[in-house]
Amino acid sequence: MKHAWSVIAAAASAVLASAAAQAQNYPTRPITTIVPFAAGGPTDVVARIVGEHMSKSLGQQVIVENVAGAGGTTGITRGAQSKPDGYTIMMGHMGTHGAAPALYPKLKYDPTKDFESIGLAAGTPILIVAKKALPANNLKEFIAYAKSNKVSEAHAGVGSVSFTTCTMFNAMIGAKPTRVAYRGTGPSLNDLVGGQVDYMCDQIVNLAEQIKGGQIKAYAIATAARSPALPDVPTTKEAGLPQYQVSAWNALFAPKGTSKDIVTRLNQALGMALDDEATRKRLLDLGAVIPSKQERTTAYLGDFVKKEVARWTPILKAGGVVAE
Amino acid sequence: MTELLSHLLLGFSTALTLQNLMLCFIGCMVGTLIGVLPGVGPIATIAMLMPLTFKLEPTGALIMLAGIYYGAQYGGSTTAILVNIPGEATAVVTTLDGHQMARQGRAGVALGIAAIGSFIAGSIATLIIAALGVPLTKLALLFGPAEYFSLMVLGLAFAVVLARGSVFKAIGMIIVGLLLATVGTDLETGEERLTFGIQGLADGIDFAVLAMGLFGFAEVLRNLEAPEARDVVKRAIGRLLPSLEDFKRSLWPILRGTGIGGLLGILPGNGAVLGPFASYAVEKKLARDPHRFGTGAIEGVAGPESANNAGAQTSFIPLLTLGIPPNAVMALMVGAMTIHGVIPGPQVISKAPTLFWGMIASMWIGNLMLLIINLPLIGLWVRLLKVPYRLMFPAILVFCCIGIYSINNSPDDVMLTALFGFFGYALYKVGFEPAPLLLGFVLGRLLEEKMRQALVLSHGSFMTFVERPVSALLLAITLIVVVVAMLPAVSQKRDRVFAEQP
Repeated sequence: MKHAWSVIAAAASAVLASAAAQAQNYPTRPITTIVPFAAGGPTDVVARIVGEHMSKSLGQQVIVENVAGAGGTTGITRGAQSKPDGYTIMMGHMGTHGAAPALYPKLKYDPTKDFESIGLAAGTPILIVAKKALPANNLKEFIAYAKSNKVSEAHAGVGSVSFTTCTMFNAMIGAKPTRVAYRGTGPSLNDLVGGQVDYMCDQIVNLAEQIKGGQIKAYAIATAARSPALPDVPTTKEAGLPQYQVSAWNALFAPKGTSKDIVTRLNQALGMALDDEATRKRLLDLGAVIPSKQERTTAYLGDFVKKEVARWTPILKAGGVVAE
Repeated sequence: MTELLSHLLLGFSTALTLQNLMLCFIGCMVGTLIGVLPGVGPIATIAMLMPLTFKLEPTGALIMLAGIYYGAQYGGSTTAILVNIPGEATAVVTTLDGHQMARQGRAGVALGIAAIGSFIAGSIATLIIAALGVPLTKLALLFGPAEYFSLMVLGLAFAVVLARGSVFKAIGMIIVGLLLATVGTDLETGEERLTFGIQGLADGIDFAVLAMGLFGFAEVLRNLEAPEARDVVKRAIGRLLPSLEDFKRSLWPILRGTGIGGLLGILPGNGAVLGPFASYAVEKKLARDPHRFGTGAIEGVAGPESANNAGAQTSFIPLLTLGIPPNAVMALMVGAMTIHGVIPGPQVISKAPTLFWGMIASMWIGNLMLLIINLPLIGLWVRLLKVPYRLMFPAILVFCCIGIYSINNSPDDVMLTALFGFFGYALYKVGFEPAPLLLGFVLGRLLEEKMRQALVLSHGSFMTFVERPVSALLLAITLIVVVVAMLPAVSQKRDRVFAEQP
């Protein structure tokens, strides 16, 4: 009997030793990044741009696996439940790790508890845009107009970035627009350009070219500083709504229980990607905001997620929309 | 005119570099191959190959990705004709007459006319994009939710015309299709509908899941039941290329299909899907002997195939001129362009003229390549029919499963496909056709979405559908189509046709 125990103990210590060795050699095979949205969307693009440089510095391919569905929660649920060995990580964002607890009461993960934070990857600023023909020419005029007229707002479906960010915007300015749901940003933007709806909120990536082309007008960008991609668009602070500060941030997470060494290794690789000139340029061209050194730590992201959940929950619950 | 010529010259000088020609060829070849594999669609392929293009310069990368897209559209019809499995929504119609032709030993002719029709359609559509792309953008913007709803209603009327047998059975199938389209999370409220608490259904049923089940799996089941039916296809292969007579019959359908498909392709929200259906309905109505449709009429292949390819090309218009993707594949192209630092939008033409015109020129070159790749391949594809079914069945099933899994990386989808396979087999047993069901499904989601959007915008007034001129016109056409289809004489003739078929 004793003999059997010692065999088990030896086996266990061997497993532990090999686990430690694994972390040291990590990574020895390709790493899968779950992107909880369809390929080609803003989160996917950020994951691929960052992933390309991380592949180089880690010496193993970082592969993107798109698992779309239910506002990104399908993919993140799968990621949270996968083996915490560092070979499956995920690109979460404002929706999956901020708004989701309020929107999906049956959510199978807790953004604040079920993940190891790797680090913030990029923030994509939110813009408030309107159809060309709308009489209001700046944010102040628009707020007055929206309060005294029947206005319609397009969004990309309950739970989408455009939906959640505009829910906050509407609450702040006290507007009660007719909210029109579309399946994705493309169709909603189409009807905004065509003048069927009055305004919408969405990520800069999706809107910048149409603004530059003069097909829609932008009232404000919800960041502290103007975006180099759209230098003429005032910040919400300049435009008179300083409390509206939102960003569709993207961040890498690992499942709970992933070893510290591995998380640190991934955090370093992410940091190297964000310092790389070519990678930075590609992200900046999209209008993305690259996190500063202080914002890149794992601890910062952990706190940030808690703050985001606390911030979005009351706003969305007050909005009265809850997905099953 | 000289401006157009200089633009095209710029485009061809870009597209005709050795590297870009190679990329275009690779794209078309890969596209054809994945199109032929049942279930593996362009979305999964483009997503997988995107990283490979990172090292290329943007124009070359996009030329290759675009090649995959229209190559796949093209290859999808090959499986539709040979084994009755539509790889894409747009190939559903091709199964109707294309597969019948194959059963009669005319698979080569069907494939040939599909290739030639697609080439003609692609060439004309490329010219349309080059000459009229920018002004045509206005058409896309003219279509608000109300107009779109009316267009979908017209599409449903086509579905009735499409049916081979009883009108009532067809309407029944359309309604089942519409119902299946309502499965999933409600867009407005976020509530789940008809999902029975199954996570995999939360985002609705994917088209490929339904189509692979109803056509792919069900077809295998059907053939297992009657293996001798296969021998008909195996024995007589017949000529490989269309005769002059075939070509004469097809010329007008090809041109009409090009017009219809090209026009619908410009519309946002995947109007291109309607193209082949509309073309088929038009050809069936115009034909002197409509009873041949559904039994292997070459017009029923030539028209829809041309419409399909023309639509595939013109759906680039909203993407290139507005930066708004009209369907999922184009959304992926947006992603690819963004990664390459070219964010699609109204300024692409002026900011990146070599890219814009290079891509357009490459479309024509790509179509030529597809013709060159595919005509010699016809012999090979047709010989595939000789593969014994004990080898073919498992291969079809395996490829279907891989393809289905690759859409969402979801095992649930594969199970669901199997379920629809049994459903499709049951439908066949009781004499219902799956094609109207699929059309109802394709249109259903948009129909509901657009109706609700239109009504939300009009604050609940149904008058919005008749007050807006374009919408009213479309509804009027629908009415005419339905009346003609319902006329007693017409429906009598239909029932007789149905009765003639064993």
